Amino acid sequence: MNNTPPTPSYEPPRDHYLISAGGHIRSWLLTTDHKRIALLYLISVTVFFFIGGVFATMIRIHLLTPDGVLVTPETYNKLFTMHGVAMIFFFLIPSIPAVLGNFLIPMMIGAKDLAFPKINLLSWYIYLIGGSFVLYSFSTGGLDTGWTFYTPLSSIYSNSAVTPAVLGIFINGFSSILTGLNFIVTIHTMRAPGMTWFRLPLFVWSHYATSLVMILGTPVVAITLLLAGLERMFHLGFFNPAMGGDPILFQHLFWFYSHPAVYIMVLPAMGVVSEIIPTFARKPIFGYSFIAASSIAIAVIGFLVWAHHMFVTGESTYAALTFSFLSYLVAIPSAVKVFNWTATLYKGSISWDAPMLYALGFIGLFTIGGLTGLFLACLGLDIHIHDTYFVIAHFHYIMVGGAVMGYVGGLHYWWPKITGRLYPEALSHFAAIVLFLGFNLTFFPQFILGYLGMPRRYHSYPPEFQVLNVLSTAGASILALGYLLPMAYLSWSMRYGKVAGPNPWPATGLEWKTDSPPPTENFHVTPVVDWEPYDYRNRPDLGLAAGAPLAPAHSDD
Amino acid sequence: MPEHSEHVVSPKIYLSIFLALILGTGLTTWAAFRNFGPFNIVIALAIATAKATLVVLFFMHARYGERRTRLVIVCALFWLAIMLALTLSDYQTRQPRMSRLLSRAAHYAA
Repeated sequence: MNNTPPTPSYEPPRDHYLISAGGHIRSWLLTTDHKRIALLYLISVTVFFFIGGVFATMIRIHLLTPDGVLVTPETYNKLFTMHGVAMIFFFLIPSIPAVLGNFLIPMMIGAKDLAFPKINLLSWYIYLIGGSFVLYSFSTGGLDTGWTFYTPLSSIYSNSAVTPAVLGIFINGFSSILTGLNFIVTIHTMRAPGMTWFRLPLFVWSHYATSLVMILGTPVVAITLLLAGLERMFHLGFFNPAMGGDPILFQHLFWFYSHPAVYIMVLPAMGVVSEIIPTFARKPIFGYSFIAASSIAIAVIGFLVWAHHMFVTGESTYAALTFSFLSYLVAIPSAVKVFNWTATLYKGSISWDAPMLYALGFIGLFTIGGLTGLFLACLGLDIHIHDTYFVIAHFHYIMVGGAVMGYVGGLHYWWPKITGRLYPEALSHFAAIVLFLGFNLTFFPQFILGYLGMPRRYHSYPPEFQVLNVLSTAGASILALGYLLPMAYLSWSMRYGKVAGPNPWPATGLEWKTDSPPPTENFHVTPVVDWEPYDYRNRPDLGLAAGAPLAPAHSDD
Repeated sequence: MPEHSEHVVSPKIYLSIFLALILGTGLTTWAAFRNFGPFNIVIALAIATAKATLVVLFFMHARYGERRTRLVIVCALFWLAIMLALTLSDYQTRQPRMSRLLSRAAHYAA
């Protein structure tokens, strides 16, 4: 049997979304095309990633010596706060949903656009307005409350620019809510003929679950931060005990959103991994319905665990026991995913393209991040490692090792679809490995530092912690290279990369059945779906025999 | 022709709801200046809930909406209930309150 795929000989399409509406700046700023809006988000979140990245770099340089080498203690407080605010609210939360989700969801379900294209554009403008408030806060004295804005520090005592920051995050919340609303309505009402719920790509399922969290959780944090702002501006007693308020109430309300927000970050990355793994293992995904259901389960159970952030605040022992137990529960659907991805790899015909390297990196790092989360959910152990670098390492393994790995892997996987061009394969392999090594060197020492007792948010530390801190800073330098490399070669490839063709991997999703880059209306003819998802065994139209090894489009590089 | 027709609500109903909301606001203000002891918060929340219900039912057309719209509203309320119940699981079982309950139980047991 001939396993060789047909030699690609593609001409780029003459008309596609990047050129059909013209290249004028006005055509971009007033576009209602979900693909163009996705690119607007791509640029915006990248700017915030760099702003947050600069703060992270300064933090790591400062911590090279026990007494700190770079900034005053007050400035250090501002650096870690602004790093967290920029990265969480303006990069991680919108990254995969607003960039890849926006670009792909309509195409994956066979629709021409999202249900509310104008609201989609509005959500980007709201993001920009919220972001401007936060940048104003950063540039007029900065912010020193920690990204968690705990009261009464944020509402009474802090002398930094808290008010514009909370207003910015409040405004930005509406962007998130509108994106979630758009996704839910689109998935419910705009699926192509034959695209039943259980034929949806798992990327769509994970975004559906994410959208539920966005809609149900975001209003709570928006109002909570607004209340903290009102207490600060008008001295209303919501959280200040001196005025009859309760500071712990702020933490309850804040974490009611901010713990599920972790799943806003990681669920979409799980969706990316669920697409990449079967493509590069040439196998149908193992346990499709369990992976789909586990996304919903994570979204639901994720709402029931928030007070595990508050074990040492003086919350009731009985409530702490309940939240500890519930926190263990959320590990079950997460483990279902990890086991099913691994089972998909079993006896697969695996190829090591860059997206696959990122997906495999995700599985390993997410597993470490998830399991160390169980340490923190354990009441007794949490007393010891609460507010230490162990927590920092844990959530960076989830948010950076998980969410950012998924985002960068997804960008590589769909880059040929977005731009119509392939990135340089050898360099992309190198970058994926650099990123993985740099990440582990940065954050693994922090597990040890935390376990040994180094608290988070301190500008100085005892001399015996210096070796591990230097290792972490060295890792951060490598990690920075791991981010800069893809940015450089992906930009380069937009002009000079090899023409990709509609389906370079080849993969089964509907998005791969249209041109690269796609036309404005996504498909020339509305597709009709008559196949099961990830059915690599029965898709002769992909040009491969069952189980044939993947010959990537890069093979003649 | 639109897929589903909008229910037309008479201005009279809108005006009555508006007046009811103004009345509710007046009641809230009046109650805020009186001391009902432990019922202060109960009264304030009861008036606020009644006002919110009117807004959702009439101004947001939930009363005339499809069943699916109502289901979404019920889901949102359920989520609110989760937030309140689990938050109260902390406040209602704090140590002093539990100690009082346990000592009272011990007293009756003796």
